[in-house]
Amino acid sequence: MRGRNAILLLAAAAIVVLPLLVVGNAEFSGSDGQAQDLIDRAGYQPWFEPLWEPPSGEIESLLFSLQAALGAGLLGYYIGLRRGRREGRPEDRRTELHAGD
Amino acid sequence: MHIMEGYLPPLHAAAWMVAAAPFVVAGVRRIRRVVDDHPETKLLLATSGAFAFVLSALKIPSVTGSCSHPTGVGLGAVLFGPNAMAVLGTIVLLFQALLLAHGGLTTLGANVFSMAIVGPWVAYGVWRLAAGLGRSFAVFLAAALGNLATYCTTSVQLALAFPDPVTGFGGALVKFLSIFAITQVPLAVVEGILTVVVVNLLVQYSRDELSALAFGTKAMGAK
Repeated sequence: MRGRNAILLLAAAAIVVLPLLVVGNAEFSGSDGQAQDLIDRAGYQPWFEPLWEPPSGEIESLLFSLQAALGAGLLGYYIGLRRGRREGRPEDRRTELHAGD
Repeated sequence: MHIMEGYLPPLHAAAWMVAAAPFVVAGVRRIRRVVDDHPETKLLLATSGAFAFVLSALKIPSVTGSCSHPTGVGLGAVLFGPNAMAVLGTIVLLFQALLLAHGGLTTLGANVFSMAIVGPWVAYGVWRLAAGLGRSFAVFLAAALGNLATYCTTSVQLALAFPDPVTGFGGALVKFLSIFAITQVPLAVVEGILTVVVVNLLVQYSRDELSALAFGTKAMGAK
């Protein structure tokens, strides 16, 4: 299972890296922004503004990293907790000890 | 798939709020029932939300030369059913609307509808239909197609609000799909793969919780 997960993660990483190699000189702007531009060009005026905007790109990336870190932290905590519980079960340990004899 | 603040005419914004609300209410009920019946799955529920939280923060380059992000709602939809994700997805979208000016409050209904309702329902439907094809493949298809469905829904929402002056709804839909859907294909594959990895880990370490859920006995046996 562990080997299969490693292969899957490598495949995912390859799919992410591939565009950078193949179309490396592209702009890689966000698709949300592209749709927004298309609407802007048609002359639409948004009727409501965000209540608060991150004052700079740095602050924005801080908040995005925070979002990812919080999510990944909980995900890692959960998997680690369950893994520790499963591997720490007395019956599992017994078989391990036995296997080591 | 985030429609920016103020970028839907008021009538459209209100209509999507009305359309999304019952699903969110049903989701609150569903979560209450899951937590009452299987309190041991509470942390797994939070983890499903956390998965959507991480994935929707990752902006990933695509072969079209633009960037987009996965949604991460397929995992929770497969584990807890689609309605639970209506609530968790709404929380993710609120965080992004309030702190990142990504999406918005006026467009929340539309964004919830695409990411937290259509995505999870498509994922759940695909999962039920494809369950016979083996667990990993079914999970992959569910998460990937749920992701794509979200972005197609956004394209429909924008095309309804901004039909092309010449070609109408159809022409606008093609334009928005060409921005969202093609970019999204490799990302949908990535989301499918990551969801399979997490499900593999859960099957390995959280068997008891999984068997308490709708994910159920059928999938546990399948390889």
